[in-house]
Amino acid sequence: MSEDIAIRAEELTRMFGSFTAVDHITLEVRAGEIFGFLGANGAGKTTAMRMFTGLLEPSSGTAQVAGHDVYTGSEAIKRAIGYMSQRFSLYEDLTVRENIRLYGGIYGLPDREIRARGEQMLARLGMEQSADTQVRAIPLGWRQKLSFSVALLHRPRIVFLDEPTGGVDPITRRQFWEMIYQTAAEGTTVLVTTHYMDEAEYCDRISIMVTGRIGAMGTPAELKREFGTDSMDEVFVRLARPATAGAA
Amino acid sequence: MTDAVVIEGLVKRFGTTVAVREVSLAVPTGELFGFIGPDGAGKTTLFRVLATLLLPDSGSARVLGHDVAKELWALRPRLGYTPGRFSLYPDLSVEENLRFFAAVFGTSLEREYDQIAPIYVQLEPFKGRRAGALSGGMKQKLALCCALVHQPDILFLDEPTTGVDAVSRREFWELLARFKASGLTILVSTPYMDEATRCDRIALMQNGRILAVDTPEAITRSFDRPLFAVRADERYRTLLALREYPHTHTVYPFGEVLHYTDRRTDMRAEPIHDQLTRFLASRGLAGVSAEAIPATIEDSFMAHLGGAGEAPAS
Repeated sequence: MSEDIAIRAEELTRMFGSFTAVDHITLEVRAGEIFGFLGANGAGKTTAMRMFTGLLEPSSGTAQVAGHDVYTGSEAIKRAIGYMSQRFSLYEDLTVRENIRLYGGIYGLPDREIRARGEQMLARLGMEQSADTQVRAIPLGWRQKLSFSVALLHRPRIVFLDEPTGGVDPITRRQFWEMIYQTAAEGTTVLVTTHYMDEAEYCDRISIMVTGRIGAMGTPAELKREFGTDSMDEVFVRLARPATAGAA
Repeated sequence: MTDAVVIEGLVKRFGTTVAVREVSLAVPTGELFGFIGPDGAGKTTLFRVLATLLLPDSGSARVLGHDVAKELWALRPRLGYTPGRFSLYPDLSVEENLRFFAAVFGTSLEREYDQIAPIYVQLEPFKGRRAGALSGGMKQKLALCCALVHQPDILFLDEPTTGVDAVSRREFWELLARFKASGLTILVSTPYMDEATRCDRIALMQNGRILAVDTPEAITRSFDRPLFAVRADERYRTLLALREYPHTHTVYPFGEVLHYTDRRTDMRAEPIHDQLTRFLASRGLAGVSAEAIPATIEDSFMAHLGGAGEAPAS
């Protein structure tokens, strides 16, 4: 696999019994791209993500993530990626610095490296004063910025963000997106899952899953043109409405 | 028209944290009123006080003419409330939940059927399904149904669309518009700025305070500077360049574009536009264009925050 493709999936499929959660999806995400991975509740996003992150084996099809095969290289994938969930992923009763040490340790970084990278991270975030504060006392927006930085601590090639900016104020949200832009500009691939269409508009390219398949893929501008509307929300509703009508 | 909700100088503290700070507000009967703000703004605490679940520390609130602290037993049968977290019985079926909430208020599903029919027709095909097994959008519809089953005069819906996909969100707002048309007063909170325009009036909230109250149109109209949507092939480099432009007042990523305001308040839009695009071209940025646009609620919210997000430690 060439260096400039971060994720490649061909006809990737996952069945649960007779139910096809992910149905022959094919896509390529380029290195350094900010890719929005969208879909309604139940469209198969989570199942696809679990395959991309090495947590779930596909039923058929192929995929390589950060150069590793999802069937044979799931452990290598886990080391090569970072993950941050909307459900906050730091330990609230540990301090900021303790969380950094814990995650650095989990990823097998040497102590000296954890300290150096940790200090660098705190300086970059302007959070030096909060290093010994318990995470529970840190405002939500800052926790999310911190959580994102911790997900990057081991310098992964790809970072997966699950609804990263839900519930934060609009200025903090933009600061968060600037961090994403910076991360991508430095060559890390960013895959964002969300069902908020205004968040999708920040991405370079997006795909929208509908009942296990990729219903549309392109830049936000291309998709709006294709559907003849100026709103991503409208694109999404037109794609997803037929599929969800009457579904629970 | 009388006011369904009158709040005066309301304060609610939890230990040393002040969740609601001196909030005053009136909501007329029949209005669809939105509280817009991020997590931690105080929306949930305010709703709990209005729904008689928390007592205020100081100040007062009257709902349908009843004091929320002193006359809660008169008020409770007349209000419907859905908390932000799904709080129905996950092990009971859709129908069992509805029958339970109807019975608690001394009525029955059959007697109230017409009231809840606009939503219940969407839930009825799944009436035997356990509530816990419903999708996010369906759970919210069931919660709304249960809050309406005793025919309240006012509804408090705390973040009903959080975590719900775009299709279900839209359907939910369409339902609210129908119930509003039947005369119900509805107070709803949301962290999603784009939902503000669905409301008659909104309050922007941050850190326990109300930053502004008005119609969505009036709030965006009061944005007092020319605002530009800036496009360029390289969005991030353009953002960094604008950070160094001496005339920049604010520049924010805004989906596919950047939103820019100029420091000079006495200058018209055209010269600002021309200087701005010339500056970006001089930085070697390709595909640059700038377009004067009306402000959105999100632009207005950020202007009210004064350009500062929250501090790293509270």
